[in-house]
Amino acid sequence: MKPDRTRSKIFTRRAAFLTAGKMALLGGLGGRMYYLQVVESERYKVLAEENRINFRLIAPPRGFVVDRNGDFLAINIQNYQVILIREQAKDVEAVLGRLSQVIELEEHDIARVLRESKRRRGFVPITVRDNLSWEEVSSIGLNGPDLPGVNIEVGQSRHYPYGSDMAHVVGYVSSVTQEDLTDDPLLELPGFQIGKNGIEKQYDLALRGRGGTSEVEVNALGRVIQEVRRNEGKTGEEVRLTLDMRLQQMIGNRIKDERAASVVVMEAATGAVRAITSTPSYDPNAFSAGLSTAQWNELVNNPYAPLTNKAIAGQYAPGSTFKIAVALAAMENGISVDHSVFCPGHMELGDRRFHCWKRYGHGHMALIESIRESCDIWFYDVARRIGVDKIAEAARKLGLGGVTGIDLRGEKGGLIPTKKWKREKRGQPWHMGESLVVGIGQGYVLATPLQLAVMTARVVNGGYAVNPYLRMRVDPTTGQMTDMPEVPPEKLDIRPDILETLLESMDAVVNDPKGTAKKARIEEEGLEMGGKTGTAQVRRITTAERQTGVRKSEELQWRLRDHALFVGYAPVHNPRFVVSVVVEHGGSGSGSAAPIARDVLLETQRLLAGQDTALLTGEGP
Amino acid sequence: MAYRGLNEFGAPEMTFQEKILQLNWLLFLMILAVAGVGFVMLYSAANGDLDPWASRQMVRFGVGAVAMIIVALIDIRTLLRFSYLIYFGALGLLIAVEFMGFVGMGAQRWIDLKFFQLQPSEVMKVALVLALARYFHGLTLEDVGRPSYLLIPLAMVAAPVLLILRQPDLGTAIMLVGGAGVIFFLAGVRIWKFLVVIAGILGSLPFAWSMLRDYQKQRILTFLDPERDPLGAGYHIMQAKIATGSGGLTGRGFMNGTQSHLNFLPEKQTDFIFTMLAEEFGLIGGCLLLALYGLIMLYGLIIAVRARSQYGRLVGMGVTTTFSLYVFINVAMVLGLIPVVGVPLPLISYGGTAMMTVMIAFGLLMNTYVHRELRIGRRWYDPLS
Repeated sequence: MKPDRTRSKIFTRRAAFLTAGKMALLGGLGGRMYYLQVVESERYKVLAEENRINFRLIAPPRGFVVDRNGDFLAINIQNYQVILIREQAKDVEAVLGRLSQVIELEEHDIARVLRESKRRRGFVPITVRDNLSWEEVSSIGLNGPDLPGVNIEVGQSRHYPYGSDMAHVVGYVSSVTQEDLTDDPLLELPGFQIGKNGIEKQYDLALRGRGGTSEVEVNALGRVIQEVRRNEGKTGEEVRLTLDMRLQQMIGNRIKDERAASVVVMEAATGAVRAITSTPSYDPNAFSAGLSTAQWNELVNNPYAPLTNKAIAGQYAPGSTFKIAVALAAMENGISVDHSVFCPGHMELGDRRFHCWKRYGHGHMALIESIRESCDIWFYDVARRIGVDKIAEAARKLGLGGVTGIDLRGEKGGLIPTKKWKREKRGQPWHMGESLVVGIGQGYVLATPLQLAVMTARVVNGGYAVNPYLRMRVDPTTGQMTDMPEVPPEKLDIRPDILETLLESMDAVVNDPKGTAKKARIEEEGLEMGGKTGTAQVRRITTAERQTGVRKSEELQWRLRDHALFVGYAPVHNPRFVVSVVVEHGGSGSGSAAPIARDVLLETQRLLAGQDTALLTGEGP
Repeated sequence: MAYRGLNEFGAPEMTFQEKILQLNWLLFLMILAVAGVGFVMLYSAANGDLDPWASRQMVRFGVGAVAMIIVALIDIRTLLRFSYLIYFGALGLLIAVEFMGFVGMGAQRWIDLKFFQLQPSEVMKVALVLALARYFHGLTLEDVGRPSYLLIPLAMVAAPVLLILRQPDLGTAIMLVGGAGVIFFLAGVRIWKFLVVIAGILGSLPFAWSMLRDYQKQRILTFLDPERDPLGAGYHIMQAKIATGSGGLTGRGFMNGTQSHLNFLPEKQTDFIFTMLAEEFGLIGGCLLLALYGLIMLYGLIIAVRARSQYGRLVGMGVTTTFSLYVFINVAMVLGLIPVVGVPLPLISYGGTAMMTVMIAFGLLMNTYVHRELRIGRRWYDPLS
């Protein structure tokens, strides 16, 4: 038994040692648990919560855009989509086959759904088609039992009820691109659209609202178990514009035959814009539905630039409409109303001859007559006397030569040249001849139709520096919507007698038998308008042509015809509205722009009469 | 105690009734307690339902308990006599599944016995202990000291280990080597020889690495750096750590573990069930279970050292160690201390094969307890002696 006793002793010793080792290992495991569950616990609790909770963004409905009367300009419509859930459908191919007998399905849509159904988890809905008609929705409903896993979901898409009539103002929405991304997580939602142009872009943040969140508990596969918390977010704000849809539509119809034209109607006293129209236009609904490359190319390559809002981004030589600013500069720089110039039809300066539009001249002209009949010689003379810098000073006072700051993207600032400008930008000295050309609104001078409207408003409203705007705001004292500007416009430093002279001149342009726009006169008593015509040359008239007689615009190619402009206001004795019309290559201001202005001002006042009879009856009860 | 008779060494012979009385009910109680924890966790894993896991696990435990008692009552000398036969039987089965095509999917190499799947590698865990115990039972301490006497038992270890590595089942191979090493150690093999073998193993690591399947290499690499592949192979380790860590000191409460109930935790009813326990019952719950396992290990030591035969001692300590290795490997694996090798938590993880192995192992431990007073000569069975 002795050897066994030794064996037993060794066994016992080693077994005890071994078991002690096991206990140590168990202790080590306990220590590891202590480390994970006590020392590092907080970190893992956070990770477990991140695992468990998924945040889902809920896109808020986009705010509507309405006109001053509450007419809807941009709304959200329900977009019916048919979706498929694989795990309910079981045999996806068979179900799609039956579905294609119920509604129209494209081959590539079917292929895409089949591809996605293999890649996605079974409970993830796959969009088969969107923009279903109501008939398609109901026929899917009728065939429900044959279409397991097929459901209808309602999404929202942007719709512009007035389509192209409002496109340039309201703009459009489209998918988010890489450059649009900010820290707003909404932008990363699939299918989310943001404003890309016009009001939709300008007020995108207000219209967009704030995304809500839904915290859902999910399992490891991402299947939603339950909603834990929900934060509704904020619906996009409604944006109410100062525009009048009816007026806007009327103008759209009035100028639809022009190849390219634009009209701005504004309240003289406030700067509230009543209408902004630019033709040709485009259908903004096509953008929210997704534009094809062909459609896009057609828009971009169209020679009449349908995507450009010409009222704010079209820069034209203002032609004779600029004479209002030059006349202001004249009177502010010591030239009397009676300053008389003889117009023989042309004027010599050095070895150059400057022509008046009237070949054989106007005879003796003073200020009022020269505006009324748009005599160029009087303005050459004045420009020569006061110089370009004084003209620029007056023009800037009236809002030209810089953006007006309207709440619309893409505005251009035009150009009012000075001697300094030419030296700095062109590196050349100013020539006197150039001053003469500026005196009749040609040469370097450029202005947008909106700027011309602002210029007119500042003259006819008693000299207040109005700025144009489109959005109505809530009056903090009354809580009501108002189209009054937040800050009242400042009074400009212009003598009242000067303003009166200018008003008298513009009255004469339309209402005097000798006026250039006499044919566009408004006959209705109390609704008469005043204004100034403008015809801007787009080409140089050669000496040879002068001798054979200037060709009539109608005989020229469209591209070479003069731009037709008109700025006007009404009523003539109590100016309330101003209008600015530019018809590209329209021939002459009196011939094509003034009649449009007349019709627009008439309609503006008629529309107002519906709400405000005080204007028609004079001072009211 | 009154014994009816004595054998040729003077030890008393036992009747069947005496053996029944000698069954160690304290050990059984401890086993039942651990299995009970398992039922509770499986109930929770099924979101508060006995189906599909807890109820079946109870049936298996019942069958296992019966098997345990039957094994405990077999005469230890019969066991000794049949040790080699059992070993070669298990080796034969191993060769059969390896070469004769009882091939399931990937590593699942088993023989379907309807009620449970017989995995030869599992049988081998017990059979190797028996065979080595028998071999060393027959050696004097001086014999053990001679290197040539160690060649046969080394071959007995190497044959199944190589077969199982081929399958490949790293977890089982490690357990076999560990369990066998412990028997060599307990039998009195010199410590320096172990050091030589360990050095040899370290030297052959590059060769072993080339033997590993790609997914096993992945597991080891990912274990060394879980951030390497957080959505792939590292996912299991990371999610298990999150589950354990978020349990904190007291746990999230029974059936309230989000990691396990939302299925972030992989294999929550099998290999990773300890993680679920740690998530729901916290550090306290986890440590209590480890303590329970510790008690069984201590009790196994007490039973083994009291045995009067070297065979009984080696078998008792051998099976206790096999059981301990299950615990260590599984818990260390789910706590992110070692790579994921696919070893279940004994008595708790859902699955019939491991349950059967462990219960038979406990049957053997109980057998050495029942027959503790029996002295068996080194060569009593040898026809030449």
